[in-house]
Amino acid sequence: MSRTVKIMPCLDMQKGRVVKGVHFVDIRDAGDPVACARAYCEAGADELALLDITATVEGRRTLVDVVKRVAEVTTVPFTVGGGISDVASARAVLDAGADKVSTSSAAFRKPQLIADLVKEFGFDRVTVAIDVDVNRSLPSGYEVYIDGGRTPTGVDAIEWAKRADGYGVGCILPTSKAGDGAKTGYDLPLIQGIAQAVSAPVVASGGAGTLEHFREAVDAGATILLAASVFHFGMIRIPELKDYLRTRGVSVA
Amino acid sequence: MVAIIDYRAGNLTSVRLALEHLGVACAITQDPARILAAERVIFPGDGAAAEAMRNLRELALLDTLRTAVDRSTPFLGICLGTQVIFDYSEEDGGTPCAGLMPGTVRRFQPADPLCKIPQMGWNTMALKRPHPLFEGIEDESEFYFIHSYYPAPADPAHVMGETEYAEARFASAVGRGSLFATQFHPERSGRIGLRLLRNFTRWDGTC
Repeated sequence: MSRTVKIMPCLDMQKGRVVKGVHFVDIRDAGDPVACARAYCEAGADELALLDITATVEGRRTLVDVVKRVAEVTTVPFTVGGGISDVASARAVLDAGADKVSTSSAAFRKPQLIADLVKEFGFDRVTVAIDVDVNRSLPSGYEVYIDGGRTPTGVDAIEWAKRADGYGVGCILPTSKAGDGAKTGYDLPLIQGIAQAVSAPVVASGGAGTLEHFREAVDAGATILLAASVFHFGMIRIPELKDYLRTRGVSVA
Repeated sequence: MVAIIDYRAGNLTSVRLALEHLGVACAITQDPARILAAERVIFPGDGAAAEAMRNLRELALLDTLRTAVDRSTPFLGICLGTQVIFDYSEEDGGTPCAGLMPGTVRRFQPADPLCKIPQMGWNTMALKRPHPLFEGIEDESEFYFIHSYYPAPADPAHVMGETEYAEARFASAVGRGSLFATQFHPERSGRIGLRLLRNFTRWDGTC
């Protein structure tokens, strides 16, 4: 079990291009996922996430090609999410060189997929992502959303996290819909609720805007800290973030 | 120049790019003359032991490896490259290997059915003795592992670092003279892994 907190920049991709460019280093093509992945590795990222937000058949082939090219350049493990709907689509990106897959809507619709993925590829390679929004009528106050955050399910997010965790997955990755891109801080009660309910490591995602936000997520129980905007736009640099966390007593690589 | 030995065993580009990032000249090569002319040699690899040994034989690289080690060329094995430098591996029904490091390579055999093989993820390494390649690397730092088999050196003095997984405490880094080898992937272990690679590119092969 990992004791060191990991910093995980996320590349949001559409049609094989990074939607938000990396602005913190001088790279010629900020939309090129390979250039972005290299830049993040060189900046000291511990892991990378590639999230494909186009889920078309054509997009799938593009994604596999991107994964192949990113696999060649990364010096850290990387997780691929978006459109992992069955064992075959997971196999395609893992064979292309991804270290892990992340599944969300498909896993919710058919939880057996989680068991199949864990059996086929090993728990370390399977992350279950959960899009979450506040719903006060549910016991935990949080509801699962699917289809890229568009469809509410009526299911309590903590209950779903527990069930997913029961399959023995490698990570649980809840993303706060309200927090995503808002830079107002991670949803700490959500992270805490899930971290206390599951045995898998929890990835904090959605809302990081300041150095303090990252530390708060660690205090709430996250061991992997994912962010996109603050890294993309150079608001926070990874070495600076690691120095900050270190001085606050957090173990980072 | 660092020669990265290409024996058709997996992705070598990340090793090359890690070295380029460190500003170190390197070349991916199968050519024995180029390998023996290099100042340092990296012997990486993913896959299975039997096929690796078959490829090394076909490419006539076994003698090249031995000569490089005999000449005290700084030599870094990684993952499968580390396993095949031993005498013997349990993989593929038992595979005699290159015999550059005394010992065997064993399969994880945890009694706990929930314990997953291969190990695939971050794990810590306890430093067993000082080594130039560990400069700037703290005890219990985390590295990235992908493997089902692990090195078991015959001589405990060759164990440089140890890691626990699947009810085994195994040698995650081994060393003998100018030869150093890791079960983990330094080229996949972020900043700490790059530090180890950088130490290697400055190492003269003595301890």
